[in-house]
Amino acid sequence: MGEKQALICYAVRLSSKAKFGISMSTQRKAISLISGGLDSMLSTRVIMDQGIHVEGINIFTGFCVEGHTHAIRKKDKKKPKRNQALWVAEQLGIKLHIIDVIEEYKEVLLHPGHGYGQNMNPCLDCKGFMVRKAYEWMQEQGFDFIITGEVVGQRPMSQRRDTLPVIQRESGAGDLLLRPLSALNLPETRPEREGWVRRDELYDFSGRSRKPQIALAAKFGFEEYSQPAGGCCFLTDKSYSDKLVDMWAHRSSRDYELDDIMLLKVGRHLRPRPHFKLIVAREEGETRFLEGYRKQFVHLQSKSHNGPLVLIDGVIDESDRLLAARISARFGQGRDAAEVEMEITDLDGRSQPLTVKPLRANEIPQDWYV
Amino acid sequence: MSEQHLDARRLLCPLPVIRVQNTVATLAAGDILQVVCSDPGALHDVPAWCRVHGHRVLAAEQRGDEVRIRIEVVAQEPPA
Repeated sequence: MGEKQALICYAVRLSSKAKFGISMSTQRKAISLISGGLDSMLSTRVIMDQGIHVEGINIFTGFCVEGHTHAIRKKDKKKPKRNQALWVAEQLGIKLHIIDVIEEYKEVLLHPGHGYGQNMNPCLDCKGFMVRKAYEWMQEQGFDFIITGEVVGQRPMSQRRDTLPVIQRESGAGDLLLRPLSALNLPETRPEREGWVRRDELYDFSGRSRKPQIALAAKFGFEEYSQPAGGCCFLTDKSYSDKLVDMWAHRSSRDYELDDIMLLKVGRHLRPRPHFKLIVAREEGETRFLEGYRKQFVHLQSKSHNGPLVLIDGVIDESDRLLAARISARFGQGRDAAEVEMEITDLDGRSQPLTVKPLRANEIPQDWYV
Repeated sequence: MSEQHLDARRLLCPLPVIRVQNTVATLAAGDILQVVCSDPGALHDVPAWCRVHGHRVLAAEQRGDEVRIRIEVVAQEPPA
């Protein structure tokens, strides 16, 4: 099915160029922000159908949902372990350039000029930033304009009638930013005025309904596509945002490294004391992932029973070690045993046995869970 | 022609793909890139990236917890 879709796209590109007599000298090039979702897939195809050469760009902030979580968690093994943006690019038959903006993105997250959404999601600043990165790429590579899958009224922060112009302005892209799915609801852009694309073949989608997109997908023969219900960013997720806020609240600085934000995606997080928290693997895939951090964290493992790997984030004393071991024992198969033999390993690699009584469920206050 | 090795272990997708992309950008047509990853998703994503950019995947296999992919860099043509 994938090959079929790609072949159709390739044939469409050839026939569009022939139909409109596009020659080497007039070939226009667009860069499309590809998230991996349906809207950017559709908007790209709409512009390809007009004979425009389109390449994709995918911006990796470190908070993207796709890929990482599927790779980490074994329970998600039925989901395809694939990068959705790459998959979309392959279906469309276009190149995809993935840009690592982890470092630059810190400024967007830490100081969003337009503030946060419902959680720690700086959606409006984020979209402006992503379009700016696409605009920079466009200029460097000699492309002509940018397209996105944005739809007026679809998202409460970044896709409103009054905020779409903000993205154009603050990204620097101005009227070189075209939203093919909603173009008829918006002022003409330069690609339309110059005749690079035909406005009457663009769309007037608006609002939160997905029906027009689903109908257009059917028209294009897209039988498989991603429809993320809660967006494609961890920052829109309440549980993740709570962990991020907790991390910042217990550090002297809000700065972060990639490992910090990766670890917030994994395991149960419990903070029994202000100066340390535990990261408890929930299943085999998470255990395997956390094993990669054993040299960076003091960690606990049950020796007498099966149990999860537990990382300790913070500096702890002897009484903290005992408490951490009792909590960790609670999450292993020895939870109901009178005693569990644990092993604690320090940063220098030296391990020490600890025999503890597991905490009972009612001895773990709910507010320890981050 | 040269052969380069890229260690992308402990990186989760799309970071192995980004490392491959950035390394390939420094290589010439005909050069070989051998990449080793620990994210099983790389077994799908790295060859997918190669396909959309027209590079040749000579081998892709999972050995235990590691994914090994061998890529031949192919010259990029400008848009027609």
